[in-house]
Amino acid sequence: MKKATGPVSHLTTPIRAWAHRFAFLILIVAAFALMLLGKADTVLVERARTAVTDAVAPILEIASRPVATVRDVLDQIRELTDLRAENAALRRENQRLRQWQAVAQRLEAENLALRELAQMVPDAGLRFITGRVIGDTGGAFARSVLVNAGARDGVAKNQAAITSEGLAGRVTEVGLRSARVLLITDINSRIPVLVGESRERAILGGDNTGQPKLLYLMPNSEIRPGDRVITSGHGGVFPPDLPVGIVTQASETAMRVQPYIDWAHMEFLRLADYDLPRQLSPSGEVAPAGPPMGALR
Amino acid sequence: MTDTAWTRLDGLARGLSPFALTLAFLMLVAVPLRIPDLSPILPAAGLIAVYYWIVHRPDLMPVWAVFLIGLIEDLLGGGPLGVGPFVLLVLYAAVASQRRVFVGGGFFLLWLIFVPLAAGAFVLSWVFSSLILDQFIAVRPVFFQYLTTVAFYPCLTWVFIQAQRAFLR
Repeated sequence: MKKATGPVSHLTTPIRAWAHRFAFLILIVAAFALMLLGKADTVLVERARTAVTDAVAPILEIASRPVATVRDVLDQIRELTDLRAENAALRRENQRLRQWQAVAQRLEAENLALRELAQMVPDAGLRFITGRVIGDTGGAFARSVLVNAGARDGVAKNQAAITSEGLAGRVTEVGLRSARVLLITDINSRIPVLVGESRERAILGGDNTGQPKLLYLMPNSEIRPGDRVITSGHGGVFPPDLPVGIVTQASETAMRVQPYIDWAHMEFLRLADYDLPRQLSPSGEVAPAGPPMGALR
Repeated sequence: MTDTAWTRLDGLARGLSPFALTLAFLMLVAVPLRIPDLSPILPAAGLIAVYYWIVHRPDLMPVWAVFLIGLIEDLLGGGPLGVGPFVLLVLYAAVASQRRVFVGGGFFLLWLIFVPLAAGAFVLSWVFSSLILDQFIAVRPVFFQYLTTVAFYPCLTWVFIQAQRAFLR
């Protein structure tokens, strides 16, 4: 590089340093502006987020495949080693489940009869969109995953994301080919739930730890460790009766829930499209949109 | 004529390699590994990368690139927006103001300096994220993420040293 000499260099060096400092200050101000913008939660921020996730989705999808394959192979090896023990356990479980099946069939028939008797409005049908988990982002400050299904696949905001075990989270951002699912453990997650056999109403609120808290409980509610937690469907966003978790701690200070879901094996997520049948109402057998109470009259 | 154009293009690509490599690492830590309890405490790749490049090649990690890396990290991670760029800019200023300490510093000295610098960065992230979310964020995962970040520093740094040898003699 040539060294600048003469009066020009005397001028350019301070100007350059000044410009550098100026750029730094502008970017600091820009960072603060972003914090305010993010807090205002405008459409613009969401668009920027979905643009980035849409852009990296194909790369993440390719990268996540080999990881999943290696993982599957390891799992298969482990399964092979304790095949006999697992077989025996499955036999026992099968026997137990057969009894449960009989009970469930009897209850379903009874339920149907009672529903007809009470002329209850049928629940909106569910349609599922399945997406592969391609991104596990967030670090210590947020809990969310990216799935490779987006608006073009019918994903919409606020759909419930579930696995065969239970509720995982809620769709918060939808791009064209990717979507972000806010997990129930995230600090911003709030889900209306019912607790235990007495079906106490509560809100399940995450706090970035593995076990979310139960909030806004009635003062004299009786909740014990071991109680089942399911979604309530209040607010009409989520389907009711999705399994969420089990109460592990029920003290004066905190009520905590251990989610059913096995985060380490969450390879696919099913996104429950709850409202669609009601909006489309193809055959008229589904109740028209509107509050169920009005439809009962 | 074309020769100089090619050399220019080549130079540009080499100059952009720290930035591109950092982006690649940001994506790499986002790939789901399905190892229990790992995802919340994955190392903050952006922090390590930006530290490495502003210490070794500040000419190839200009202040706007630092800002952009923080922004992309925030957008990708889904956390509070603006905290990432702010923390990385503070790190940038801290390193720039004490440049004499870093020049000629060996690997272990730089790692040793990174320990308190990363702690400061995580504390700053925690404070601003808590302010934005209006509630105290759980400290445990943040602390563990800090530990993994410090522990993974040598691995990432090794890759960057190889890259610097390969592309940026």
